[in-house]
Amino acid sequence: MNLLFLQSLERPAMRIQNFTLQLASALLLTSMPVMAQDAASALHQRANAANCTNCHGSEGRTVPGSTVPAIAGLPRDYLVAQMKAFKDGSRPATVMHQISKGLSDQQIASMADYFAAQKR
Amino acid sequence: MKRRTLLQSGLALGTLSALPGCANLNGKAPAKAQVVVIGGGYGGATAAKYVRVLSDYKISVLLIEPNKAFVSCPMSNLVLGGSKTMAQITKPYDALSSKHGVTVVHDLVTAIDPAKKTVTLQNGSAVAYDKLILSPGVDMHFDSIEGLQAAHASGQILQAWKAGAETTALRKQLQDMPDGGVYAITVPEAPYKCPPGPYERASQVAHYFKQAKPKSKVLILDANPDITSKPALFKKFWSDNYRDIIEFRANHKVLAVDAKTNSLKFDVQESVRADVLNVLPAMRAGAIAMQTGLATVNNRWCGINYQTFESLAAKDIHVLGDATLAAPAMPKSGHMANAHGKVAAAAVVAQLSDLAVNPSPLLTNTCYSYVSDKLVIHVASMHQYNAEEKTFKTVPGSGGLSTEANALEGTYAWNWAQNIWADTLL
Repeated sequence: MNLLFLQSLERPAMRIQNFTLQLASALLLTSMPVMAQDAASALHQRANAANCTNCHGSEGRTVPGSTVPAIAGLPRDYLVAQMKAFKDGSRPATVMHQISKGLSDQQIASMADYFAAQKR
Repeated sequence: MKRRTLLQSGLALGTLSALPGCANLNGKAPAKAQVVVIGGGYGGATAAKYVRVLSDYKISVLLIEPNKAFVSCPMSNLVLGGSKTMAQITKPYDALSSKHGVTVVHDLVTAIDPAKKTVTLQNGSAVAYDKLILSPGVDMHFDSIEGLQAAHASGQILQAWKAGAETTALRKQLQDMPDGGVYAITVPEAPYKCPPGPYERASQVAHYFKQAKPKSKVLILDANPDITSKPALFKKFWSDNYRDIIEFRANHKVLAVDAKTNSLKFDVQESVRADVLNVLPAMRAGAIAMQTGLATVNNRWCGINYQTFESLAAKDIHVLGDATLAAPAMPKSGHMANAHGKVAAAAVVAQLSDLAVNPSPLLTNTCYSYVSDKLVIHVASMHQYNAEEKTFKTVPGSGGLSTEANALEGTYAWNWAQNIWADTLL
């Protein structure tokens, strides 16, 4: 394990997380198909949420001083409520009223879950 | 030799970083998967970064891009208008390597062998890939207009549609032009890269003329029957602000240029002479896509599986950005190319990890156009993948335009640029 940590060139925190999960997966070999499904769902969720990051920054964190707000680490329910408000027009916007209408409630919930889980 | 060494070390680095983790993707990613990305624009650079990110840094990525720095086409019209500098729209590739472990090589790809799954670089060395992501952008079809190839090569008639040295050169032509002169921009038939771009450029040049050379004119000679993007918004702003400067002429398709008289020739209309000619010829998928046989549509655009962006002509080659055949209402924009990059990256990661491909990818587009140094108009659209029809379709009731040019969107547009540059490169 130590050797592998030494070989990790970047993102030590992620490696530790990987290890925990790797151990978990070793212990749960019987549930592989379920995990593959979960892994696929997580990948699709991240990829779809990345539609927001062109404007709102990678993983929802904007560049310093951005007038476009960061959305990483905001409460899930707040994010869902804002999108609903953009959709029904109760929160005025320049562009988000047009973007929000292109997303289903399910997609909005998935994106809100993703960004709520990101560190600010 | 130096490049060869660099490549080898890059591949070794990739293998090493592929060793430790194989947990988040459930242990299914192959130990030595190698993705090669050709082209470091909005599409390619985003794809390179996101293959690393979405694979939890397990899949090795080699990015091949001839230019040493990223120069943004969006915002480059502001350099022509004089409110921004080249330095402000030029960004380094460093963080793709230092932060994300992408191996970046500045070279040109001379050949792709889809059967052997290798790409050959200008220095003769070859690189093998498991998946190739090709984001070559467009090539200008200079030969489609008589006399343009030579007039462009001599530096007399510029396109500046690929931001860089030509942007600086065109700015200088505008600065050198005497007051009372005419700048003419020609627009090719759609589809071309950046639909609102020509009209934003005309606005920027008009803004500059209004401040510095008020007797000068901007002439737009458009091969299309009307302004291709945001027509009402552009026309309203021009009428209110540049009435005596901008003149728009529809259905003007350039057939030839005459370098001696600096004039344009059309099918039926009278020839037009101008002091500064900015001719945008027809565009098509970048040369490397053409020569690899990937431009399956009218020998011009690359047909793709829209769910994965995999070429319809070659397995394990994913094509994205301006070079692809766009699904209905999908503009050839930097924002869109960034979105393509993420869908393609996720598909590549899924396929290399033996996971299901995203059944319902989506694409978002927002194009901001500066009509002055501070005021902006936008068009936005939302595109959901439709599995039955195997294409992207805009969502009814979504998307739309600005109500009018406004300064708030001016600040959002500039911040959009900072954030998408970071999302693409940092």
